[in-house]
Amino acid sequence: MSIETTTDLQHAVEDAAAYLYVWSLKDIPQDLRDALADAAKRETSVTGQRVLGTILKNVEVADETKNLVCQDTGIAVYTCRVGEHFPLHPTRIYEALRDGTARATLEHPLRSNTVHTLTRENTGPNIGHRVPIVHWEFIPDWDGLDVKCVPKGSGSENMSFLKMCVPADGVRGIKEFVLDSIVGAGGKPCPPGIVGVGIGGSADYAMYLAKEAIARPVGTRNEDPLVAQLEEELADLLNETGIGPMGLGGDVTVLHVHVEHADTHMTLNPVAVNYQCWAARRATAHIAADGSVAYDREA
Amino acid sequence: MAKHEVTFPVTDEREIAKLRAGDEVVVQGHVIGIRDRTQIRMFDQGQRAPMDLTGAFLLHTAPNVRQVGEGRYEPLCIGTTTSARMVRFTEPLAIEYGVRAVCGKGGFPDEAIEPMQKHGMVYFAIVGGAAALETTQIEAIEEVAWEDLMPECLWRFRVKDFGPLTVGIDAHGNSLYHDVQSAARKKLEELYARL
Repeated sequence: MSIETTTDLQHAVEDAAAYLYVWSLKDIPQDLRDALADAAKRETSVTGQRVLGTILKNVEVADETKNLVCQDTGIAVYTCRVGEHFPLHPTRIYEALRDGTARATLEHPLRSNTVHTLTRENTGPNIGHRVPIVHWEFIPDWDGLDVKCVPKGSGSENMSFLKMCVPADGVRGIKEFVLDSIVGAGGKPCPPGIVGVGIGGSADYAMYLAKEAIARPVGTRNEDPLVAQLEEELADLLNETGIGPMGLGGDVTVLHVHVEHADTHMTLNPVAVNYQCWAARRATAHIAADGSVAYDREA
Repeated sequence: MAKHEVTFPVTDEREIAKLRAGDEVVVQGHVIGIRDRTQIRMFDQGQRAPMDLTGAFLLHTAPNVRQVGEGRYEPLCIGTTTSARMVRFTEPLAIEYGVRAVCGKGGFPDEAIEPMQKHGMVYFAIVGGAAALETTQIEAIEEVAWEDLMPECLWRFRVKDFGPLTVGIDAHGNSLYHDVQSAARKKLEELYARL
């Protein structure tokens, strides 16, 4: 198939967005399924086992009935990796993601969650002013586009925390803040999930990185060995807190901790926490310059 | 930790009194769907809910539904939302409506313990996000009120084998959330010392 106009390519991106939104809500990735099964094996408390047993059963029922894993269709978040030679401008990519989100919401139909932030009136089929939310990354010497859809449930998004630690707080300050945040969140963000941590950069960028972190394949480690070590240490510490599945007590409080970092100002030490619930939904489309699409559940 | 089956609405207070924090419960009968905006209308805007809630089991939910006729809906995907946002409605629900159980995810903070004990109420913890399973336990949507608040209407569901639920807060002053949180705070001191 040859793509003659940007309109065709825009339609291909729109179709992909519509497909990704519904698919991600129904079919959670294998790495997450494995992490949940592993959690069920590790958990020793009666209530924790009850919760994890219900979670695993729910994933099975969603597969069998082709239903949504969770009723919260979230706020639509996409992360886009755009090759510098991809023949559709990001303005049009955004339009396509918005139109695809709306179409999926109306056609399925999906619950529409988006409201005006002051009036609280519903703004339509999961789109609105600056919604969907899109993260952009631009890739040199490439003509493709990767779109990852991460519908973000509000129960976990409400458990987001930012602290501008000072340099003298050091790494210890970062660790204490993450521990305090997750204990304080208790059962509200639907544990055990993925704790996304963003460190460095600026206040806004730290939270952006925390969101990038939760969208990573489950259990992957940061390329920087120092950061990877922090991920493992934080996960071990958090699993000692006893918060447990759904905050009812137990051994497994988190599945994994993912940390993303940026260099920062010499006087800054920002740390942001963004929680992703156990139903950590994500799905990716690799879109080539000719408009062909390959779907990928594990990216 | 015992296992129970309870049918709602309850008429006998012993059905609530027998439940202890940590127990496993399966619910039969009817469940009332309710959420933030529903309760804001009931208590902040003073409108009487057009549904009998005596002895009722309330579920914190905003369901995905398909309309199949005037005032008639079928369930597509029904799950449960975070309860903590709605804790301040606990006592008025008991006093003004006679509600006996609230079910949601994530628990209620400690301020719910006293009114629940005083009015013989329980809080049931459901597994948040387990909506595909929950939907199969809802046999029908029997009634909907305040459709203008869609999806945060007042819903009456007929359920079968709804659960398993865990008693998070019982009518005797016990809260799993309180216990887990105080143990975790104590543990944090130990973990901080190790950093």
